[in-house]
Amino acid sequence: MPRKNPTTGPDGLTRRGFLTSMGTGAIGVAASADLFAAGKEAVDPQVMPAGRTSKVVLRINGETHVVLAEPRWTLLYVLREVIGLTGAKPGCERGECGACTVLIDGVARYACLTLAAEAQGSEVTTLEGLMDGETLGPVQTAFAEADAFQCGYCTPGQIMAVEGLLRTNPNPSAEEIRRGASGNLCRCGAYKHIFEAAHRAAELKRGK
Amino acid sequence: MFPDFDYVRPQSLQAAITHLADEAAVVHAGGTDLLGCLREHIFAVKKVVSISAVKELHGIDEAADGALRIGALTTIRTVAEHPLVRRRFSGLAQSASEVASPQLRNQGTIGGNICQKPRCWYYRGDFNCLRKGGGTCFAVDGENQFHCIFGGGGTCFIVHPSDIAPCLVALNATARVAGPSGVREVPLEKFFMRPEVDVQHETVLEPREIVTQILVPPPAAGTRSAYRKVRARRSWDFALAGVALALRFDGRRVVEGRVVLSGAAPVPWRSAEVEQTIRGKELDSDVIAAAAKAAVAEAEPLGKNGYKIPLFQGVIEEELARMSASA
Repeated sequence: MPRKNPTTGPDGLTRRGFLTSMGTGAIGVAASADLFAAGKEAVDPQVMPAGRTSKVVLRINGETHVVLAEPRWTLLYVLREVIGLTGAKPGCERGECGACTVLIDGVARYACLTLAAEAQGSEVTTLEGLMDGETLGPVQTAFAEADAFQCGYCTPGQIMAVEGLLRTNPNPSAEEIRRGASGNLCRCGAYKHIFEAAHRAAELKRGK
Repeated sequence: MFPDFDYVRPQSLQAAITHLADEAAVVHAGGTDLLGCLREHIFAVKKVVSISAVKELHGIDEAADGALRIGALTTIRTVAEHPLVRRRFSGLAQSASEVASPQLRNQGTIGGNICQKPRCWYYRGDFNCLRKGGGTCFAVDGENQFHCIFGGGGTCFIVHPSDIAPCLVALNATARVAGPSGVREVPLEKFFMRPEVDVQHETVLEPREIVTQILVPPPAAGTRSAYRKVRARRSWDFALAGVALALRFDGRRVVEGRVVLSGAAPVPWRSAEVEQTIRGKELDSDVIAAAAKAAVAEAEPLGKNGYKIPLFQGVIEEELARMSASA
């Protein structure tokens, strides 16, 4: 199903979308095939010079985003600060806590350890991409049903890790869930409910 | 924040090698270790040469002679889950599945895994240690609970952080390496740099050389491999102690075998003592106990890592017993 532009709601712009798109460096958002073709061009061997922004073409939640980014900017930084998708959270920013987890070509990865330039040519899915309009996706629903958070800061990353797990293993055992979520820390210690949510998410995805 | 750097993502190996001629240029494979090092400003970087778009470096296949060929950019998850690896090189599959977290296994590559920088907190932290060109090892009299018990050589007391590397050494694998003067093959056993030889490099790679492929020879009939890792946290962590085994059995008797320790030394540490103790023997409890004792007889613990001696003894005993039970 095509995803809506995250900065627009049923009545056009949402308040949050409006605020997050203000003052960002996005130079354009479009879903045309032509612009995605520009992504292929951008991975050709041309140096992105240090200290300056260059054009970077990203496919995020089914849409093409053409942005200006420095070579050292991570995917996490560009998602949050340039595009305005704040689902992925900065935590440790060194690949230990998992708060920044997104899917890249369908598998869970840390956006803090991925340069934005490296994500060109890949399909990125963020927490926002699991929504169907204003409706929660199955993993998000399961986390809400299972009360799988306290402060909630790690929750987007936990959800994306579970989403990644369920895409390759639709019916994981308790041990497989523990392993699948092992790259995500929860300092509130809500693990028991997170594992229950993952189990419930698998059921919801299977239509139960 | 990361330092400023130029970034390039060439599509050919030759172009990557050319770009590496520039000042302070580094290779980016999966990026999981490199970006951590950049964030900590451990070494100067002016140019990041990403090889992730070089197609020939991806994928696993089997050579005509039955050897396993693993492209350097194959992700650790793919190594762990690949049917060929699981069926014929189970120790390698086990070791890959024990690496870090799901996210890091999805992104990290086997080539990057064997080229990763040490995790010593003085090296990673704001200390001008020997490995960074300074005059002092801060671990030798400092917080050294996670440091080596073998092979420090009086210089640098890191442990090699890889789980996969000990298995590749046990399986007698070779790294294929490309550089400005062509392609060469380096046995993994000779790939890692001991600190008393060169304290500032972890591998024997020359400037501008890139690991392109890992070649694992077909195991002789009766060979079984395994990897066991002990860590402080169950979820994910580096090895406190680990052992990679590749043993060739004739019935219940060990004909020969390679036993390589992780979390023990600055390089994957081949334990000649264990190998000699078990060669030609059935793995009964006396042989196993003798092998485990021999493994740590020459250990040189630092102030805070003496616990590793009984830990290694236990890990080796348990893993040999497990192999014996399945013989």
